[in-house]
Amino acid sequence: MTLAITDLKVTIGGKDILRGVDLSLQEGRVHGLAGESGSGKTMTGLAVLGLLPHGARATGSIALGGRELLTLANKELNQVRGGEVAMVFQDPATSLHPMLTIGRQLTEHMRHHLGVGKKEARARAVELLGKVRIPGAQEAYGRFPHQFSGGMRQRIAIAIALACSPKVLIADEPTTALDVTVQAGVLRLLRGLCDELGLAVLLVTHDLGVMSAVADEVSVMKDGLVVESGPRGQVLREPAHPYTRSLLASLPDTATTTDTATTTDLPAATDTAAGLPGTVTDEGVR
Amino acid sequence: MPEKDVAVAAVPRPARRRRGVPPLARFLIRRILMALLLAWGITLVTFVLTNLVPGDPVAANLGQRALGDPAIVAQWRTEHGLDKPLWEQYALHLGGVVQGDLGMSQQSHRPVAEDLAEYVPATLELAGVAIAISLVLGVAFGVVAALRRDRLADHVLRVLSLVGISVPTFWLALVAFYVFFFRLQITPGSGRVDPALGAPPGVTGLQTVDALLAGRWDIFTSAVGHLITPALVLALYTIGLLTRFTRSAVLEVLGQDYVRAARAKGLPGRVILFRYVLRSALVPIITVAGLAFGSLLSGTVLVEAIFAWPGIGQYAYKSATSLDLPAVMGVGLVVGVVYLAINLIVDVLYGVIDPRVRLQ
Repeated sequence: MTLAITDLKVTIGGKDILRGVDLSLQEGRVHGLAGESGSGKTMTGLAVLGLLPHGARATGSIALGGRELLTLANKELNQVRGGEVAMVFQDPATSLHPMLTIGRQLTEHMRHHLGVGKKEARARAVELLGKVRIPGAQEAYGRFPHQFSGGMRQRIAIAIALACSPKVLIADEPTTALDVTVQAGVLRLLRGLCDELGLAVLLVTHDLGVMSAVADEVSVMKDGLVVESGPRGQVLREPAHPYTRSLLASLPDTATTTDTATTTDLPAATDTAAGLPGTVTDEGVR
Repeated sequence: MPEKDVAVAAVPRPARRRRGVPPLARFLIRRILMALLLAWGITLVTFVLTNLVPGDPVAANLGQRALGDPAIVAQWRTEHGLDKPLWEQYALHLGGVVQGDLGMSQQSHRPVAEDLAEYVPATLELAGVAIAISLVLGVAFGVVAALRRDRLADHVLRVLSLVGISVPTFWLALVAFYVFFFRLQITPGSGRVDPALGAPPGVTGLQTVDALLAGRWDIFTSAVGHLITPALVLALYTIGLLTRFTRSAVLEVLGQDYVRAARAKGLPGRVILFRYVLRSALVPIITVAGLAFGSLLSGTVLVEAIFAWPGIGQYAYKSATSLDLPAVMGVGLVVGVVYLAINLIVDVLYGVIDPRVRLQ
């Protein structure tokens, strides 16, 4: 068990946002977290990094390999952030700083967490850019976010998240802001990196199609509670909770009439990592 | 599914490699050419406005009896080029400006350029120090207020900034002069330096700098002492303004996704503040600062009058009341060029701070 969330409760200004969430992430597995807007998916992800909005109070437990994150001092938490748990945000157009080069955003936390020199950080950054399949990684290093398309930016954001070889990756709606044509590529990349690097991935999404394509386990949230949790096939094919059934029923016709779990499945999702250009060995990354 | 994004971004940006000039240099050249064009515009506008102003310079400069004699009036007009058609006067004026000749002042009977060389450094020293003070304090106060939002420091700074913005400069100048000079006697009175010490040998015209260059520590401390009160009075408005704008700009940036993303990377707070937050917040801050410094220049007229600061504000006042047209045009030109310089600096800073501006 890489990350275990037990009975996580979050209140903001007396309002209950999370009412006892249990989730567990394992290395090499993608855990999909579904649910409608406001159900608490994103808050769960932010709570892991201690990035809850101002005035929020969290109780319960978030254990990273036996270490309790909720009570960690800010300085130690800063070591965990980016170093052990990394996050990819929804919209790469706003989550990358528009005035700093890609290289800078890729290397600064690397140098801070890993204590590597400028040259080494640069070499590693270029390697990472290749790994997330950014063409011309050397030139891309000196460019700014606005010189890339949305899909490329999200790949760069993923590279930034992976720069310090975290154990856990929280991806908060990583494809929602992207073109449909680009979404599959980013998902495939995430899946491939998860398999190759043994990452424990929490994939927050409201899109059950995305979920069925890449998740190993699926949890469904409603009103701050996890109402159903289990392996993908089980949850999506034989939903036990009425809310999950209604979510599935609300999908467009094409998805519901045929088998939801397989229609959007990506071909050979697990094979792609090996075929990535510029793939680094496990040793080189870890 | 096709990897559309890969194909799009692989195409090199055409703007980057045109004629081998780096984008920042291209950006600078464009801005400077634009500034030169505007400088020419300023000469035209100051000339036209000065000549449109009702009032006859002849009447203002000649005595009652001389005015009664058409021959003297005609001679005076010819001497000062006022008998030529307006467009020819402008052509002569422009030709002179290009060569640094701004004509003769009818008041001081010296070249306007010489007069300006004497008065402008005094104002530059005063305004420059005021600008430096307001930038440092205004931005620092704004950042503190934003980081301590809704806490005591924030409330105190917000009230102070409101005071700074609302209090009229001339009133503040009078009060400061009265309280610190007459009552408390902790600041020296009017002027730029203690007359007993005398001015340092003029090199730059900035007396603090000249005193240091001459190695005269006593003159330097006297000059700083004379400078500090009027500069603070002049700066107070911009300090208040910049505090407010910096506070709101920093608060806005703090709410941005990329700041949260930077936190998620585990970067130390000071790195996030200086590299992520301030960099973005500087764009609106320098916009306001540029405008505020323009109005600070007009504030110097009042402050100079009250502190008897021999600057361009005093000179402008004297020339305008005596309809000394070449001098008025000279002042107009200098003030216009300073505005231009401030704007140019702001524009260049945009380009330095934000790559999206310079790569356009």
